[in-house]
Amino acid sequence: MTPRATLDLPQMAGAADAMQPVPVADRVHWVGALDPDLRNFDIILRTANGTSYNAYVVRGSTGVAVIDTVKQEFTEPFLKRLEAVARYDELTTLVLNHLEPDHTGAVPELLRRAPHLEICVSPRGVQVLRALLKDRFDDYAVRIVRTGDTVSLGDQTLRFLTTPYVHWPDTQCTHLQDQRLLFTCDLFGCHFCDARLFNDRVGDFRFSFEYYFEHIMRPFKAYVVAALDLIEPLDIAMIAPSHGPILRAHPRQYITHYRRLVKSRLASEVGDQKTLLIFYVSAYGATSMMAGAIYEGAAENPDVRASLFDLQIGEFTPFVDLIEEADALVFGSPTINGDAVKTVWDLLAGLVDIDTKGKLGAAFGSYGWTGEAVQMVEGRLQGLKMRVPEKGLKIKLHPTDAELEDCRDFGRRLAAHLTGRMQPREVDFADL
Amino acid sequence: MAQAKLTFADVSLTVNVPAGTRIIEISEKIGAGITYGCREGECGTCLTRIVSGAENLTEPSALEQRVLKENLAARNDRLACQCQVLGGEVTVRPA
Repeated sequence: MTPRATLDLPQMAGAADAMQPVPVADRVHWVGALDPDLRNFDIILRTANGTSYNAYVVRGSTGVAVIDTVKQEFTEPFLKRLEAVARYDELTTLVLNHLEPDHTGAVPELLRRAPHLEICVSPRGVQVLRALLKDRFDDYAVRIVRTGDTVSLGDQTLRFLTTPYVHWPDTQCTHLQDQRLLFTCDLFGCHFCDARLFNDRVGDFRFSFEYYFEHIMRPFKAYVVAALDLIEPLDIAMIAPSHGPILRAHPRQYITHYRRLVKSRLASEVGDQKTLLIFYVSAYGATSMMAGAIYEGAAENPDVRASLFDLQIGEFTPFVDLIEEADALVFGSPTINGDAVKTVWDLLAGLVDIDTKGKLGAAFGSYGWTGEAVQMVEGRLQGLKMRVPEKGLKIKLHPTDAELEDCRDFGRRLAAHLTGRMQPREVDFADL
Repeated sequence: MAQAKLTFADVSLTVNVPAGTRIIEISEKIGAGITYGCREGECGTCLTRIVSGAENLTEPSALEQRVLKENLAARNDRLACQCQVLGGEVTVRPA
């Protein structure tokens, strides 16, 4: 095994574990941990220079609060830093803005040492806290906090903002009003490890900031907007996230930048029309014929802008941007070896980065023997939280003229669903 | 067996169901927009707005009441994986 090179990199300045608490503001210290060797986060993110787990201690005249903790393996350095700025018996409050393991790994040990702490979590946060503490949950003082609730530390006050789904249901922000400091946990965070900590001192983290938004926040854009609506009116001199640089220089610029990132990536030219996108792959031309006929049927509706794409030709990234804005998605795949084709699965897998909840979905395809692909794709569309009210359309081999008319009808019905003009129907449970 | 009419407003479909049916059993089959996660009344993903006929549903259990509260549910919201249709007519849509 090749020994790791020892370099005086900014990620590790002073050696990550030996790093002292860092003053962030008056009686506010960073007591988090640096993880410069991490190269992959949560399986889905590449972290080319590691990450940090930022945790903070806020001292007031009558109480001391800990804001978030760190990943379990960094518990000891975190507690050492904490001990350098406060005794355990001085601590009064533990704020958990988000309960993913990278921020709560040290919670069990911290509570073992300071069992008297009042734990402040969002309404949804309490569900995860229950799972984290298991049969010890009832041993602790847990307080559910909502927007506007406060915790007084004497001459410093913490005020909470319930900001769900940025990026878990439990997420919240905490505003230290007196110092105009906002603790945002993952919001405004990024995986960028640099011991210099502050955005005006660290290396160039612009790519990391946008990459993090793209994969962590983008699927929850509507919730990011709601969070920004709560945050923007606040008096903010500094944003202290739980990963990456602390944003003390021009914090408003990052709020403005988030506003840009949540906007549509495509110019809107469709007006009030609903957009319906048909993606297909075809082996012998039969699924392609079906796609064309479905397109014709949907396009008859003047309130629907239908589009047709051959997936084997297109680039996926622009397709994902298009899908993010679309109202309806229709996927066509032949059945090959009892499955939908890989190209379709690849695109469907890529939709994890965007919000598809509530969009209209449908599937179709030609087949030779079994035709399972259509049902499999429908299952994935439901898994993406789309509504799939029309049973998928399957045709054996090439469609006849009558079957092509069935395809047009399928397109017409999808358009009717999309425009809210579907006639009410009634069925019996036994017929489902 | 007693029957009930369960209407999913977002897909304009009414299903005649046997009394005792859970909403999620049907919503999933017909592809309605009510989504689901754990199916065990814990995650709150299947939060459903009861448009009408709430009186025709089973009373929420202690577990459902807790999850509704923790998920900041509105007064006419229920969990599709928990509540059962007892009879009459019920109309629902995704919350």
